[in-house]
Amino acid sequence: MSSQHSSSPSHGATSHTGFMKALKCRECGREYPLTATHVCEFDFGPLEVAYDYDRIKRTLSREVICQRPQNMWRYRELLPVAGEPTVGRQVGYTPLVKADRLARRLGIRELYVKNDAVNYPTLSFKDRVVSVALSRSVELGFKTVACASTGNLANSVAANAASAGLECFVFIPHDLEQGKVINSLVYGANVIGIKGHYDEVNRLCAEIAGKYGWAFVNVNMRPYYAEGSKSMGFEIQEQLGWTIPEHTVVCMASGSLLTKIHKSYQEFSKLGLVEPTKWKIHGAQATGCSPITTAQKAGLDFFKPVKPNTIAKSLAIGTPADGFYALKVMKETGGYGDDVTDDEIREGIQLLAECEGIFAETAGGVTVGVAKKLIASGKIPKDSSAVLCITGNGLKTIEAMAGHVGETHDIRPNLREFEALLNQDKTQLLQA
Amino acid sequence: MPTSVRISLPPTLRRFCDNHESVEVAAGTVGDAIEALHARFNGIRERLLDEAGNIRGSVLVFVNQEDIRFLDQSRTPLKPGDELSIIPAFAGG
Repeated sequence: MSSQHSSSPSHGATSHTGFMKALKCRECGREYPLTATHVCEFDFGPLEVAYDYDRIKRTLSREVICQRPQNMWRYRELLPVAGEPTVGRQVGYTPLVKADRLARRLGIRELYVKNDAVNYPTLSFKDRVVSVALSRSVELGFKTVACASTGNLANSVAANAASAGLECFVFIPHDLEQGKVINSLVYGANVIGIKGHYDEVNRLCAEIAGKYGWAFVNVNMRPYYAEGSKSMGFEIQEQLGWTIPEHTVVCMASGSLLTKIHKSYQEFSKLGLVEPTKWKIHGAQATGCSPITTAQKAGLDFFKPVKPNTIAKSLAIGTPADGFYALKVMKETGGYGDDVTDDEIREGIQLLAECEGIFAETAGGVTVGVAKKLIASGKIPKDSSAVLCITGNGLKTIEAMAGHVGETHDIRPNLREFEALLNQDKTQLLQA
Repeated sequence: MPTSVRISLPPTLRRFCDNHESVEVAAGTVGDAIEALHARFNGIRERLLDEAGNIRGSVLVFVNQEDIRFLDQSRTPLKPGDELSIIPAFAGG
């Protein structure tokens, strides 16, 4: 591991700030320079990037976007970097799959799957936020980047830092899935396993971030980092022919992704890139860690923190930073929240795989499972159109499905044995 | 009964606390500790508490690494040598 304080940059804002105007407190509106800082000094409210929308409107059009390469940076005026992105330039523009077979199974007229399980390079939506956070970190002069992670973020920070030549520290709960651990170690990152759950990892990282001069993507770089999630929503709208989906179902860990997809619909509406039609955003959690959906179902504006216990480890945040704002978005758009058990998560993974050939991680099982519930209950009407946001790849969480998807039929390389197997129980074989 | 405890401060607060990374105060509960901090560095109370005197939703307080929302909130009692951490809520995810 490298030295402790070797990479402290000036932390100063660059003189050129692109289309960004300032960092602005979401609570009191106070403005701050575009540095590596994430909360307001006066009320600890979260800072968010404020943009010069008038200038963006004069620059960005459907035609301009369509002429650019198919990656998330085709919307770069709405992403918080001052100049050209330097990290993760190939990230995004994942498929929006028209999921007719899954639609029939769930009983809805039209269904799409936004498939970030194949996002580049580390197979989750986190590549979006990391490419923004690291590009901005480079602009601000950082040489060391870090994160607190439930796994996918660690993979993405490790990979993108490696490609950018940045020193990297990732902090994860020590008992994560092997796929996510190996997927961080392989890039040469310093992987620190914390003997505790994610909320404890997060607390420690807040303390480390306060002591060391690193760019913690989801601590002091969080205002920039979180904005990267908007690109998932921008792509959905463009891929739907420049329209906003009636219903969007999003899984929630911190709740940030849900709020940023909402913001992407607001921004495209404001800029005239889509017709400002009505939309509803629904939140999905695992029952074993459902502080936000529990509050939503109870009609509360605030959540009670919980100690997580679920196979959906990537969503296991008991103290969700954006829980309050996610609740607000669901309320404002008329969306609902719901949660599913571990068995329902596995069913959701299998349903998506069998219907659409997409193997999602546990968080995807949560999204599909909750969509199924919301459609069955009529909260998402059967005669409507919905988009399910799939955020990560099933190959990273195979432990969750091991022992639940049947077994192989092992025979010797012999035609007779194969035919004997076929005749033995055709029905059983076909079902396996 | 007031007792001596150490409070770790986030960077956001340090400039209002003579740039200390941590300070020692005498307090019997978490609420008392915040008041003691305010008595020493004027203006801290308003940053940490809302108009009703409750700890803001944007502020997390830990006693020996445990979130006080799982304990007795600001009434959480303190004993000698306890360590408090004040951390902004908007991180992670």
